[in-house]
Amino acid sequence: MSQRKHLPSAHVPHHKNTAGHETEVMPVPDVVKICMSQNIGAPCQPLVQKGDYVKVGQRIGDVDAFVSAPIFSSVSGTVIDIEQSRGSMGGFETLVVIETDKKQEVSEEVKVPTLETFEDFIKAARDSGVVGLGGASFPTHVKLNPKNPEECEYLVVNAAECEPFITTDNREMIENGQDVLDGMKVIMKFLDLKKGIIGVESNKPAAIENLNRLIAQNEIKDIEVCVLPSSYPKGAERVLVWETTGKVMNAGVLPAQLGVILDNVSTIGVFAEYLKTGMPIVRRRVTVDGDAIAEPKNVYVPIGTQIADLVEFCGGYKKEPKKIIMGGPMMGRATKSDESATMKNTSAVLAFSQDMAEVKEETACLNCQRCHSVCAFGLLPSLFADFYQKKDLDSLNKFNVMQCMECGSCAFICPARRPLTLMNKLSKIMIKEASKK
Amino acid sequence: MDKKFHTNLIVSSSPHIVTDADTTRLMGTVILALCPALIASCYIFGIRVLVLAIVGMLGCVAFEAFYNAITHKKQTVGDLSAALTGLLLALNLPSNFPIWQELCGCAFAILVVKSLFGGLGKNFANPAIAGRIFLFISFASNMSTWPTTRLDATDAVTGATPLAVFGETGAMETSIKDLFLGFTGGACGEVCALALLIGGIFLIIRKVISPIIPCAFIGTVFIIGCISSGSLTGGLFHIFAGGVMLGAFFMATDYVTTPKLPLGQLVFGIGCGLITMAIRLLGSYPEGVSFSILLMNLCVPLMNRLSYKFYCSDAAKKFGGK
Repeated sequence: MSQRKHLPSAHVPHHKNTAGHETEVMPVPDVVKICMSQNIGAPCQPLVQKGDYVKVGQRIGDVDAFVSAPIFSSVSGTVIDIEQSRGSMGGFETLVVIETDKKQEVSEEVKVPTLETFEDFIKAARDSGVVGLGGASFPTHVKLNPKNPEECEYLVVNAAECEPFITTDNREMIENGQDVLDGMKVIMKFLDLKKGIIGVESNKPAAIENLNRLIAQNEIKDIEVCVLPSSYPKGAERVLVWETTGKVMNAGVLPAQLGVILDNVSTIGVFAEYLKTGMPIVRRRVTVDGDAIAEPKNVYVPIGTQIADLVEFCGGYKKEPKKIIMGGPMMGRATKSDESATMKNTSAVLAFSQDMAEVKEETACLNCQRCHSVCAFGLLPSLFADFYQKKDLDSLNKFNVMQCMECGSCAFICPARRPLTLMNKLSKIMIKEASKK
Repeated sequence: MDKKFHTNLIVSSSPHIVTDADTTRLMGTVILALCPALIASCYIFGIRVLVLAIVGMLGCVAFEAFYNAITHKKQTVGDLSAALTGLLLALNLPSNFPIWQELCGCAFAILVVKSLFGGLGKNFANPAIAGRIFLFISFASNMSTWPTTRLDATDAVTGATPLAVFGETGAMETSIKDLFLGFTGGACGEVCALALLIGGIFLIIRKVISPIIPCAFIGTVFIIGCISSGSLTGGLFHIFAGGVMLGAFFMATDYVTTPKLPLGQLVFGIGCGLITMAIRLLGSYPEGVSFSILLMNLCVPLMNRLSYKFYCSDAAKKFGGK
């Protein structure tokens, strides 16, 4: 690629311990709990009732809203309960609890979609149930249906996987490279995109090599692999758009407005699989790692599997777990209990023992400006923290706190252990609430 | 359900990992970077330098611990910032400086300049610089009698520093090589420019300090030195003599008392250089590094305001532009 200047970034330790582990298929657990809020936008309504028998791939949740994606049963078995539970975001979520019969009977609804028109394509994208699997869980069919299709020219595939520990995208490129390229070709065909760029961090040499080999083998001209430096946060949407296409994407702008369709590599891989087999998203690859896990692995997990079952498959805990994170350690969410169930966007389950889980005590700011120097957008987190404590909304706005993408670099690098990212998040919430009034 | 789950796990906001480089490690790195200068100084002036350094460090740590204890504050001596202050203060003294007077300086630096203003991160001026100036004013004769080096061929015990000679006669007697290697009179830590340069470059490579302030400071001194003397040697004389190296790399780069943004740091460095040279060339004191840093410390809020104004006007086009 060109000699474009890289945005500032932090050197976060990679911990890609599972990069070489081939994905293992986990046996179906006794019980799955499938959450009805698995995407940004409207939560789904359950389509089944207590006592119903469901099969693999059967639609069990949907809602009549544009920004939404249907939810499918990942197992065959009986619905034993529909419960309300407090989710990781604090609100209540509906869970469909299914007791499995381990037969894994496939539903009659599963059939290969026909792709003729653009409408077919968008319908297929929605029916696949696919959302952004990198963590944001934005419904993919919405992304593939921009308001300005004629202006879109790039398909940028996010395979940077800059979060430490996680290796699911890496395995996707190694194990399903062909699906990824096929999926890209379909998307580029229906949206009439000129160029496909796969942004991969340089710490995944096997994946890069595999993709390049497949591109050469299939003689694909319009897709290229863009190798990015391995530093956090290269996989953040706005950073990736800059690094791959040179377009400046500010907060609140969708990539499509800049002529870019951006999707995660696993998302595209799963979508391509759906186009071939008709099986919607009922399982996903999860990296299970962390210093409390006995055997870190990549696992194909039925959606709705409880963390405890998943950890049991990975040899159990070797140390007492003190913190369990769903997603990466930089942006993932800590969960209160290992009763929580995996969702479509659970790219990793990390269990940390006391040594790593401890929240370090905050000390005085030294004014070293490391937070500023690692911020991809050159923001001033240490100032935001002061303004936040004074509730100074004008200054927060003036210094552009709304541009913060909450990547966590500032709090990671802070030698005084200040929770800078948290204060940025709270500042943004404060501003949003003030503007509502 | 019969399964046993782990509940009551720790829940906190992301990120869930932090870097190993905490305050203690940063301060420790700076202390490590001062070791070449300390070793060089022990070689040049003898083992008493080590005594001064250890007393300075222990003294500052003790005063901070004392203050935290009587005010019932959380003990902060573990962050090593007090130890660093003590070491810097010791390196700013003549090698024959009385111990009790050094402890007075430690007390002033830690109790008055640092702790009374709220401790680390809140002090308006660099404690080591303020401590040195306090000693300079209180014990003027001791602070301006400079022992000669052990390597001096003459039998003289004390002598004028190169800058004192320059201030009185305008002559640059000492050779650049002696200044660079430190075979000359002066404060124990500031004479060996080579050792300080090694430490400073180490800090820049480890990204502990940004190169902006040292470069602006030394560059300004060098340019004015060249212009005023009309020769390159004059410029080199001014950057290697006196406290410029120690000040530029270790004192003017103190995070707490310097501007936040690069623009402010540039102004800060240039300002330090200008004031230093104004005192050396026009003032009655032979040396002006510590005064220049102290004065610029006081102007930091102004420079922050200047750079914020620039930053905010620039902020919209910032992302992607660099």
